Amino acid sequence: MIRVFSKPDKIRIFFKQLIDEIYGLGLGSLGIISIISVFMGAVIVIQTASNIDSPLLPLYTVGFTARQSIILEFSPTIIALILAGKIGSNIASEIGTMRVSEQIDALEIMGVNSANFLVLPKVIASMFINPFLVIYSMFLGLFGGWLVGVSTGLCTSYEYIYGIRYDFEMFSVTYALVKTVFFAFVITSIPAYHGYYTKGGALEVGRSSTKGVVYSSIAVLLTNYVLTQILLI
Amino acid sequence: MIEVKNIYKSFGEKEVLKDVSFVFERGKTNLIIGASGSGKSVLTKCIVGLHEIDSGEVLFDGRNFSDMNLKSRKEIRKEIGMLFQGSALFDSLSVEENVKFPLKMYASMTEKEMQERVNFCLGRVNLPGVNHLFPAELSGGMKKRVGIARAIAMNPKYLFCDEPNSGLDPQTSIVIDNLIEEITKEYDITTVVVTHDMNSVIEIGSKIMFIYKGRKAWEGDKVTITQSNIQELNDFVFASHIMKKLRG
Repeated sequence: MIRVFSKPDKIRIFFKQLIDEIYGLGLGSLGIISIISVFMGAVIVIQTASNIDSPLLPLYTVGFTARQSIILEFSPTIIALILAGKIGSNIASEIGTMRVSEQIDALEIMGVNSANFLVLPKVIASMFINPFLVIYSMFLGLFGGWLVGVSTGLCTSYEYIYGIRYDFEMFSVTYALVKTVFFAFVITSIPAYHGYYTKGGALEVGRSSTKGVVYSSIAVLLTNYVLTQILLI
Repeated sequence: MIEVKNIYKSFGEKEVLKDVSFVFERGKTNLIIGASGSGKSVLTKCIVGLHEIDSGEVLFDGRNFSDMNLKSRKEIRKEIGMLFQGSALFDSLSVEENVKFPLKMYASMTEKEMQERVNFCLGRVNLPGVNHLFPAELSGGMKKRVGIARAIAMNPKYLFCDEPNSGLDPQTSIVIDNLIEEITKEYDITTVVVTHDMNSVIEIGSKIMFIYKGRKAWEGDKVTITQSNIQELNDFVFASHIMKKLRG
């Protein structure tokens, strides 16, 4: 841990790696995040609308519920879990392969702090870009909900947007973004750890990748519980 | 000069190196030979600090490497070049970027000077014009040569080669052996080659150390290796029919 968070050997190279990782880990995930977010918002709206039986409940409740679900939980947590699978396996297998093919030894022989060189840019990049990805996911989720709600006649555009704006607290977004930063740390550092300490060959790289994804997903859920307890209660 | 004094190394209960001592001189191709699992690679990794030794000393030109902190070790490691068994080229970087990597990390050179150095190193290993290929596009022999080019990019004082001929055909093996020997003499460096290839032993073994079950069992050169009375060494050296025929 100390080696990972020590000062990089060459700041210029570190920033180049950081940009590459922001592109690879962050922007490379835009496609899957877009698809998941739109469908997630759409399903939330259908589920909510179909469960409103009482005529006393106004239809803007659909927009209100979609907003609360998407901002507080679905965008930060589900996206973190998806990314734990996508970038977690990527990180663990990349670093694990470097370990078993002696590329990490080669870095060490050159006098490079391999833990810092390989892990820190990924952790920082993820902690930086993931909040933007989650904000993007929130907008797409709400858009997906609007699209389905309006196109299927479950609610009107006015009702949906009124529900989204109803009793809105900025703290919800802050809470979601704080969670996202913690999740970003978890979903990069845990797979990186498993990849870095891989021993053996291709089979062990696969195992490290699986362990990285499973443990980071569990860690996301635990972190989610702890942060919710601390920030909302 | 590399001096190793009484080093021991265990992994759990298993003692891999037992009281190994030797001196490897500058300008010579020093070979560590032995059967698979005898402790050759562990010994090399102990010398360069990839494995911590349990006891003993490793000295690089009198500097006690085993007692140094990470910062001081880093300085010595900048003087070390290493060719790994599988070449260990960085997959995501091109040949040029691989050779340039140590220069970018540590050399105070302009981009133009780095480019010239890369071209010189690739030319030195007879691989001009492959700068933009990636490791996956290279043959085994080419990867080894790029590995050597990367190892010599920083003008190292010490060159370590872990089984440089593994997986190569006999002709390419000789090319690699000759290249290592030429570079050793040309730059007057201390070269350590870990091998179990008898062709390499006969071709380039200025000094040879035989490891048997984690102990130094014999020390000599390519002439005296065939005249030893040590049974374990003879079993190793004369294992093939060709060597038996040569022995007469």
